Amino acid sequence: MSKRTDSNGYTMIFAVVMVLIVGSLLAFLASSLKPSIKENERIEKQQNILYAMGVNENDESSATFVSTDVAGEEFKKYIKKQLVIEGDKISESEDAYLIDVKKQKANAKAGKTRKLPLFVGEKDGKTFYVAPIYGKGLWDAIWGYVAMDENMVVQGAYFDHKGETPGLGANIKQRYFMDDFYGEHLLTEAGVFRGITVAKGNNDPKNEDKTDYEVDAIAGSTITGDGVTNMIKSDLALYVPYFKTLKK
Amino acid sequence: MGILSKKDAGLIKDPLFDNNPITIQVLGICSALAITAELKASIVMSISVIFVLGLGNVVISLMRNIIPSKIRIIVQLIVVATLVIIVDLVLKAFAYELSKTLSVFVGLIITNCIIMGRFEAFALGNGPWKSFLDGIGNALGYGLILVIVGFFRELLGSGTLLGFKVLGDPIEKTGLYSIGYENNGFMLLSPMALIVVGIIIWVQRSKNKTLIEEA
Repeated sequence: MSKRTDSNGYTMIFAVVMVLIVGSLLAFLASSLKPSIKENERIEKQQNILYAMGVNENDESSATFVSTDVAGEEFKKYIKKQLVIEGDKISESEDAYLIDVKKQKANAKAGKTRKLPLFVGEKDGKTFYVAPIYGKGLWDAIWGYVAMDENMVVQGAYFDHKGETPGLGANIKQRYFMDDFYGEHLLTEAGVFRGITVAKGNNDPKNEDKTDYEVDAIAGSTITGDGVTNMIKSDLALYVPYFKTLKK
Repeated sequence: MGILSKKDAGLIKDPLFDNNPITIQVLGICSALAITAELKASIVMSISVIFVLGLGNVVISLMRNIIPSKIRIIVQLIVVATLVIIVDLVLKAFAYELSKTLSVFVGLIITNCIIMGRFEAFALGNGPWKSFLDGIGNALGYGLILVIVGFFRELLGSGTLLGFKVLGDPIEKTGLYSIGYENNGFMLLSPMALIVVGIIIWVQRSKNKTLIEEA
């Protein structure tokens, strides 16, 4: 006995109806939830930037942001200036932190000028320059924020990822990895940009040598680590001209 | 289990041991290798799969009489993908922190063969309540193995459990490390997960000889 559900006509109709239902359900949900998702992402960016410059609620070993309720206020309080660097032109913008670094990277590839956001923050009388970086890990995008002083010595870093392997590459957002960057130099003594390499076997697991331009890699996450190295080298190098103007 | 009949209780209990999805049915091995380098990820993944498999089994079971058999696999895929995406979207909107931890697992859940396997083998032929129990049972069995593998891999590979340094500090040389113990970095790589799963299968079959297939 052939079942009613076996006919081609039924199969076609079922497929069309199912796709319509599922499609409209997901479209409806996605568009109605979009505002709150966007808002969450906006707050997260503020939290990330604050985290990099040391405004966070870290305890001994975990990485904790300032809470979402106060992120907006804290951001206004600590971030004194939001700069947008376009070639030689430097302007200020209240929304520089919303600049999509990924899009700007694509723009640069297409030959257009790239907008470089830079956040100037002040905490306990010290000035921090926080720059966003963006690159790719093993599976997907990785990104972060690096806080520097006027000599491009790292004062804090925050990394995040979209889909690195849990327990391996995903550990770039762990304190023990991010904290290693503190105090590392990006420029050589002669003032040439050198970046920081995530290195295996740098013979400095406690990370005491701050001028070796290396931090200790995570075992089992070579490609993610290389991604971090690359995004630091490619993205932070672009800020060197700006830091040179600070010296004058 | 007073509220469940003996048969229903079996639906939950069997997949935990004698019909475990990973060690006996050999389903869901891929995600068991991928995410068990630390215990926390294993637990998060288990909870997500319990949720998706329990719910997905019910949905498929309710639809079992109207699904055209020619395209049933596609329909199953659509159901699980829709469920997972809805959960992901809702979490992103209302529990952003949690969604960040879970987002890595979304793709892994959709392609998890346990889910397709249970839809195909059970939910298509049984009622919603039974399917729900079967889903929960299999997800628990899957989670049990994940947690065991995650426990050993994190303990022996990183010397930590849920991030706590239970064996001492490898850099400061305290605890076990002061007498020359070293972490086995190999435990963090996927091949060791396969070996750990293999050892579990070995132990299980030597305890219960009826599980051994005839050669």
